[in-house]
Amino acid sequence: MPTNTTTDRLDILKTYKLFIDGKFPRSESGRTTTILNSKGQPLAYTSRASRKDLREAVESARRAQATWASSTAYLRAQIIYRIAEMLEGRRAELIESIHSVAAPIAKSAKKSKSSGKSLTPAAEVAFSIDRLVHYAGWADKFSQVLGCNNPVAGPHYNFTVPEPTGVVAVIAPDQPPLLGLVSLLAPVICSGNATVLISSQTNPLPAVLLGEILATSDVPAGVVNILTGDHAELIPFIAGHRDIDAVHGAASGDSATTLRAGSAENIKRVVIRDSIEYTSSECESAWWIEPFVEMKTIWHPASA
Amino acid sequence: MAAERAASFTNRSIKNTAKLEGYKLALSMLDLTTLEGKDSSEKARSLARKALCPDPTNPSLPTVAAVCVYPAMVSAVKAELARASSTHKIKIASVATGFPSGQFPLDVKLADVRDAIEAGADEIDMVINRGSFLSGDHASVADEIRAVKEVCVSASHPVALKVILETGELETLDNVRIASDLSIRAMAEVDDQDHAATRRRHAAGYFDFIKTSTGKVTPAATMPVTLVMLEAIRDWYLDTGRFVGMKPAGGIRTAKQSLHYLVMVNETLGHLTGDGACPWLTPELFRFGASTLTNDILRQIRWLQTGKYQSAHDFSEA
Repeated sequence: MPTNTTTDRLDILKTYKLFIDGKFPRSESGRTTTILNSKGQPLAYTSRASRKDLREAVESARRAQATWASSTAYLRAQIIYRIAEMLEGRRAELIESIHSVAAPIAKSAKKSKSSGKSLTPAAEVAFSIDRLVHYAGWADKFSQVLGCNNPVAGPHYNFTVPEPTGVVAVIAPDQPPLLGLVSLLAPVICSGNATVLISSQTNPLPAVLLGEILATSDVPAGVVNILTGDHAELIPFIAGHRDIDAVHGAASGDSATTLRAGSAENIKRVVIRDSIEYTSSECESAWWIEPFVEMKTIWHPASA
Repeated sequence: MAAERAASFTNRSIKNTAKLEGYKLALSMLDLTTLEGKDSSEKARSLARKALCPDPTNPSLPTVAAVCVYPAMVSAVKAELARASSTHKIKIASVATGFPSGQFPLDVKLADVRDAIEAGADEIDMVINRGSFLSGDHASVADEIRAVKEVCVSASHPVALKVILETGELETLDNVRIASDLSIRAMAEVDDQDHAATRRRHAAGYFDFIKTSTGKVTPAATMPVTLVMLEAIRDWYLDTGRFVGMKPAGGIRTAKQSLHYLVMVNETLGHLTGDGACPWLTPELFRFGASTLTNDILRQIRWLQTGKYQSAHDFSEA
């Protein structure tokens, strides 16, 4: 971030906006949050999304989903790989966005206890890029692994193929702000789901940078929508929303309970990732794709 | 001017209970419509069932005002509505007169109207001959409206007439106003032949309408066009004390838009009768011609009543 070297000029702090339907609107509520740097000084402003912004984001994801799902697996792989390339090109900026915002003391202390080691911003960006490349690879392979041929008694071929669930809400953990988000997002979009993504609440800057990157990396408008804001405010509306088909979220305590209780009513699938070591290869698996696909079984007549 | 005035109706703040009442009113004013080449009698029956109970999880909601179909589908709708266990006031509207083009000989158009009425239509949605109108032959347009209206008044049951101007083809707002005035006057001339019968029809809630569009031409209903037509209706009421209904059709897809239209009706026609009520804010004198609008209204009502955003998949198409 530029520092003020003269006393007669104030830095112009950027107000980052939401990313909905391929555009960058302000929150309809007009609210913003001040993001502080590690010294406690204002660094930037982010939009604080309201339930109505969530509603618009879901409508946008719903509109985009069918086309994204019907694009070829190979194309989805190329596009996710393209996101990784674009991240690579803006490494310095992403590292700065992670570095410049201090992680809250309590959370980072808890995190270091569970992870046992600290993650440098540079390593976090590198892991994030590699994770996207990993799931780009899965896009045209997961259905061979998750699908199957089933033995049946009779003159039929019987096979099962995975299809995307639909609109999935992704709730990023507070830490690590970029790697957590990318790890939860990539397995969801690689199978053809569209998403509404809620950024880290403590450091939303990497998420809004990702929005700017997505806008120029061939991802169709509406496939990924990014909201920044207060998790406790948005989560009840995500839980109750009948047009969100699944949730892939980092949540614990009351938030996790709210998500599970809401989904019990509308039967959306909720996958909660708590105490995850995001640098671990545990996050790179077809089993992270599997919760967000529906299995379709087809009987096809076969000649005897 | 009309565009600016119409846009001013979209920034009223209507929340919570007022919004819910607005949506219920809009629902009760719907002409639930299917006008497609692929319509079948089962689609028509399905639409009739939806008209009777728009949201099966919420039977307290009002029924819609009418089902609007092609003449060939009228008998199927009538049979299905007759099966209903509860009493209802749902009318059957049928497009006629060579809908949507109107480019047919007059005797064919009149036979079309007679067939629809015999099959059980309570309301006839006729199209004017836009070709004649634009070439300046206003007299023949009025003659056709009178001829259709005469078929309606001679029917054995009361029949209301709606005149579709197809404003998307009329080029200017001046033309919309001229066509509105011409249609209102032509219908009134036939009403004047038998005042007692006209009074009986009005007492039973059968009023004649002017209607924006067929839904087959873009643009269909817009707020400026509807405003011009509402002003024609207002001026006619102020001159003669007679009521004519208004039906914007096509292009109104969201519940929010429907509230904008209701605001426009209230602020254009609301203060006329002096008793504070607006007679036009009833299904007798205002209708929405729509198909997708219905489900958005149902979705927004359920959101207001549950606090949970709803999925379009939860509501049946017909």
